[in-house]
Amino acid sequence: MDEGLKSELQKAGIFTTTLNDLYNWGRGNSLWPLQFGLACCAIEMIATSMSRYDLARFGAEVFRPSPRQADLMIVSGTVTKKMAPQVVRLFKQMPSPKYVIAMGACAISGGPFKQGYNVLKGIDRYIPVDVHIPGCPPRPEALLHAIMTLQRKIAQDTLHPCRRKEEEAERIAALPVPEHGSHDLLPPKHDVLWHPEPVERS
Amino acid sequence: MSDSSQNTIIDAREVAQALEKAFPSAPIAWEENLSPSAQHAIVLDPAHALACAQWLKNDSPWQWDFLSNVTGVDWTDEALALQAKARIKADPSVDPESLPKEGYLEAVYHLYSINKGLGPLVLRLRTANRKNDVSLPSLTPVWRSAEFQEREIFDLFGIVFEGHPDMRRIMMWDDFEGHPMRKDFVEADDYEYEPTPHDAVLKRCQERFADPANRRQ
Repeated sequence: MDEGLKSELQKAGIFTTTLNDLYNWGRGNSLWPLQFGLACCAIEMIATSMSRYDLARFGAEVFRPSPRQADLMIVSGTVTKKMAPQVVRLFKQMPSPKYVIAMGACAISGGPFKQGYNVLKGIDRYIPVDVHIPGCPPRPEALLHAIMTLQRKIAQDTLHPCRRKEEEAERIAALPVPEHGSHDLLPPKHDVLWHPEPVERS
Repeated sequence: MSDSSQNTIIDAREVAQALEKAFPSAPIAWEENLSPSAQHAIVLDPAHALACAQWLKNDSPWQWDFLSNVTGVDWTDEALALQAKARIKADPSVDPESLPKEGYLEAVYHLYSINKGLGPLVLRLRTANRKNDVSLPSLTPVWRSAEFQEREIFDLFGIVFEGHPDMRRIMMWDDFEGHPMRKDFVEADDYEYEPTPHDAVLKRCQERFADPANRRQ
């Protein structure tokens, strides 16, 4: 619908929308996060959900104890290689459409433990991350900003069947949960998901 | 009995002498700590460690009833050579032949006495070497708080505690190979993305990317 006409009608007291916008409005403003925390970032996540920062203002305060009822995964903290398969399995158990926020330095890259033997170097090696929040740990405002960023991203979604999108979702759904090998996770990354910027070494 | 807010540090040599008296057949060694903390340690031999521990807790006049910490140390041959050098420099009369040369693994126990307000007392147990003979007696039957920490030492250093009720890995997964806190542990090679390498990581990156085929990540 033409934005100008929409705005003119609104001035006259007539509110118009599309089914697409209505869906996105509903999805964006009632995100149900999965209730789990991995490390200290989870403390900030808990603070965000409490009255001082009040995540309820953005409609994302209903933390669900079951992945079947959740559509947002906040990976809040260090993902150890021992824990990674469980996190990926939880993500796979969530119904679509689902979103992921990687919260904090550890979840996005391994953070201060990047050079260790036991920490996954970023959860985006195994699951598609929508919003990355840097920080160690990020302040509650940063998590709120991430939720707002995610809402803006959701607002761009379309209801139209899109073959490319569907194929990608199928490819991601078919990826296996990583297994524990003798030294590292197998596979160490999903190439479909994780392709970092090339770095030139001299 | 001392002020309850502060533990009295007692001379561990006194405890060692009492141990020697109680167990005349057990070789009780003495490890001096040259650093300013001067936390000297009693080195128990594995065969008598359990009996000594029981005596320290139940029958000794100090009643070491609280085990606050158990940790591991990996002494490689190189580390021992460095230590021997420092020992001889500090005291030239030390016989170099009397110092250990073959590396070993060590478990260190820190004891306190809540009853008497004493501590810490440091016990050390040493394995025969760091390759095939790496077992020590578990002190979990004496101090229950050793259970998880001995499992951690087993996981990260590879000391096998005999007599432990539940000897399995606690941090790494069961199929993990090797012991990550050993000095010679080789990490998994997942250095494929290092935008800002430095120090040891830079060195490894340079080795890895010396080959032009690996130049682009």
